[in-house]
Amino acid sequence: MKKLTVLITLIFFSLSAFAQMDFSGEWAPVYHEDAADRIPGPELGDYMGLPLNSAALLRAQSWEAGQISLMQNQCRPHSSDYGMRGLGNMRVTRDLDDAQEWVAFKTFIAAWGSERTIWMDGREHPPEYAEYTFQGFSSAVWEGNTLVVTTTHQKANYHRRNGVPSSDQRIITEYWTRHGDVLTVVTAVDDPVFFTEPLVRSQNWVLDLGQQQSSFYCEYVGELPELVDGKVPHYLPGENPYLDEIATTYGIPIEVLSGGAEKMYPEYQLVMPEAESSPLMCTVLCNCQGFADC
Amino acid sequence: MRIIKILSSFCITFCITLPLGTSIQAQSNDIDLGLLHVQGNVYMLNGGEAGNIAVQIGEDGIMLVNAMRKGFGEQIARQLQTITDKPIRYIINTSSDLYYSGGNAELAAMGKFGATPNLAPGAEDGATIVSHENSMFRLSILSSQGDDVFPSAGVPRDVYFTSFKDIYFNDEPVFVMHEPNAHTDGDSIVLFRRSDTIAVGDLFTPGQYPVIDISRGGSVQGLISALNHLLDLAVPVVLQEGGTRIIPGRGRICNEADVVEFRNMVVIIHDRVRAYMDRGMTLEQIQTQELTLDYDTEFSGSGEGFIESIYQSLARVN
Repeated sequence: MKKLTVLITLIFFSLSAFAQMDFSGEWAPVYHEDAADRIPGPELGDYMGLPLNSAALLRAQSWEAGQISLMQNQCRPHSSDYGMRGLGNMRVTRDLDDAQEWVAFKTFIAAWGSERTIWMDGREHPPEYAEYTFQGFSSAVWEGNTLVVTTTHQKANYHRRNGVPSSDQRIITEYWTRHGDVLTVVTAVDDPVFFTEPLVRSQNWVLDLGQQQSSFYCEYVGELPELVDGKVPHYLPGENPYLDEIATTYGIPIEVLSGGAEKMYPEYQLVMPEAESSPLMCTVLCNCQGFADC
Repeated sequence: MRIIKILSSFCITFCITLPLGTSIQAQSNDIDLGLLHVQGNVYMLNGGEAGNIAVQIGEDGIMLVNAMRKGFGEQIARQLQTITDKPIRYIINTSSDLYYSGGNAELAAMGKFGATPNLAPGAEDGATIVSHENSMFRLSILSSQGDDVFPSAGVPRDVYFTSFKDIYFNDEPVFVMHEPNAHTDGDSIVLFRRSDTIAVGDLFTPGQYPVIDISRGGSVQGLISALNHLLDLAVPVVLQEGGTRIIPGRGRICNEADVVEFRNMVVIIHDRVRAYMDRGMTLEQIQTQELTLDYDTEFSGSGEGFIESIYQSLARVN
C-alpha cells in the first residue's frame, strides 16, 4: 500500500511537470507554410482561403492601399493573431512571482516590437467595457503538454493585410506545442462579424538561442498631400479596378478569388470553374519557397 | 435669432425626444454599474446600455461628464463613494440627450456648489450643471412641460456659447469644447488635460452606427469634423496604443485607433451616399444599394437611418 501511494504521488508530480512545458527561449520562424502570403504579403484582390462573409468581402474589395498612409495607420502594428505569422523572431520569457510561481509567459516579436502577456494564473478576462489593445488579453491553460491560449479584447484590425478586416469581437484560440527544438502553434480565429466559420492556421518556429533582437521605432508623418481634411482612401462598391489582376497573372478563375468557406475545402475542386485565361509568364516571386526566395 | 431658430424646430424635437425620453424614464432602475480607472484623475462608470459617466476626482470634489437617465442616482453615488468621499461639484452634459442628462437633477441635488480657486467651497447645496447653450435651450423646453418630463433643477445653469469653456478643477485644466452641428447642435466634448482623457458622448459610438439628429441640428459634415478634431487631440504613446484615452457615451474605454476605425466608416459611407446622389439617385434608390452591407455586422443600430441622415445633411448643402 505504501509503495502504491509513493507510485501515485510520483505519477502525479511527473504528470504535473510534464504538463508545464517550457517555451522560454528565442525562436526563429519557419516559412515552409504559406510563404508567399507571409513574406512578400498577399496580392491585391486575393481573398482565397478565408471564410469571409459578404460584409468582409465588400469591405476588402472597397479597400484602397492608400489607407496605409493615413497618419493613424502608419504605425499600426499587427495584432497578436496575425503577428504570429509575420516576419520576425520571437522571444518567449517566463514571469515568476515572489513565490517562484509561474504567472505568465511573455512574448516579444521583433516586428513592431510587439509584446504580449499570456497569463497562466487563472485570472479572469477584463470586462467588455475595458480598453482593447492590438495584442489583446491572453490567458492559458494546459491540456496535456499543449498550452491552450485564449485571446480576447483585440482591437479591430485585419485578417490579411490587403484590406480583409478583422473585428474586435474575434476570439483567438492558440494551441502551443513543443517537440524538442520545434515549436508549433495552431491558431483558430473565430470572428463572428466577418467569418462564417473559424479560420485555422498553423505556424512553426525552431529554437534559435542567442538572438539579438532589435528595438522598433516608428514615427508617423504626412505621406500623401491628398490625405488632408480627414479624407479616407477607398473604392466605391464595384469600382475597384485591381480585383481581377491576380486572376489574369496566375490564370485563376475569378470566382475563386472572393474566398468564402465553401471554397476552402478540396471538394470545391469538383465544381470549380475553368480559368478565363492561362497564366502569364512569371516575372516576380516565381520560386517563393522561403525567405531568401521571396 | 439662435433661440428663435431652436424654438422653430421645437415641435419636431419635442415629438422625437419626448416619447423617447418618457420611455427611457419608465425603464427599470435595476442597473449593473461597473467602475474602471482610466488614467490620472479620471474613472469611467459603465452602465451598459445606460451609457457611461466620466468621473474626475481630486481634492476639489467630483466632476461628472453626463448623468445617465433618471433613477440611477443612488447607485451612482454608492459607486462614487468607493473612490472618494468628496461631493459632486460639476456635471457636464455632452448633449441634450435624456439618456445622459435625465439624471442631472438627482445627482446635482447630492452635490455642492463651487470649488474652483475663484469660487470658495460653499455650503450651498447643488452641483453646477454645465452644457453648451443649445443643449440648455432644448432641456429648458422639455422642463417647461413639467418635472415628469425633465425636472427644471436638471437644466444646465452654467452654459457657454463660445467655441469652448475651460475650468480648472482637481489640479488640472478641463476644456469643454463645442462640436458644432454633429450629433446635435449642442454637442460638447470634455478634455481632461493632465489626465489625457476625453469624454465625448454620442459623437463616437464604438460598435454602433452614429445617430445624427437632423431635427436637433445634427449633420454628417459636423460629425466628421468632430471626429477629425478628436483625432487631432488624441496622441498615442507608441504604435497607435496608449496615450490619450477616449470615453464614449456608451461602450468601452478607447483610444485613437478605435476612433480611426469609426471615423473611416463614417467617411466611407458618406462618400458612397454623396457619389450616388451626384448620379441623380433619390434616397429610396440609394437605400436599395446596400451601402452599409460591409459595416452592418460590425455596427449595430440602423444603417438605413444613418444613410438617411447623411442624405438629408447633404441635401441641405446642395
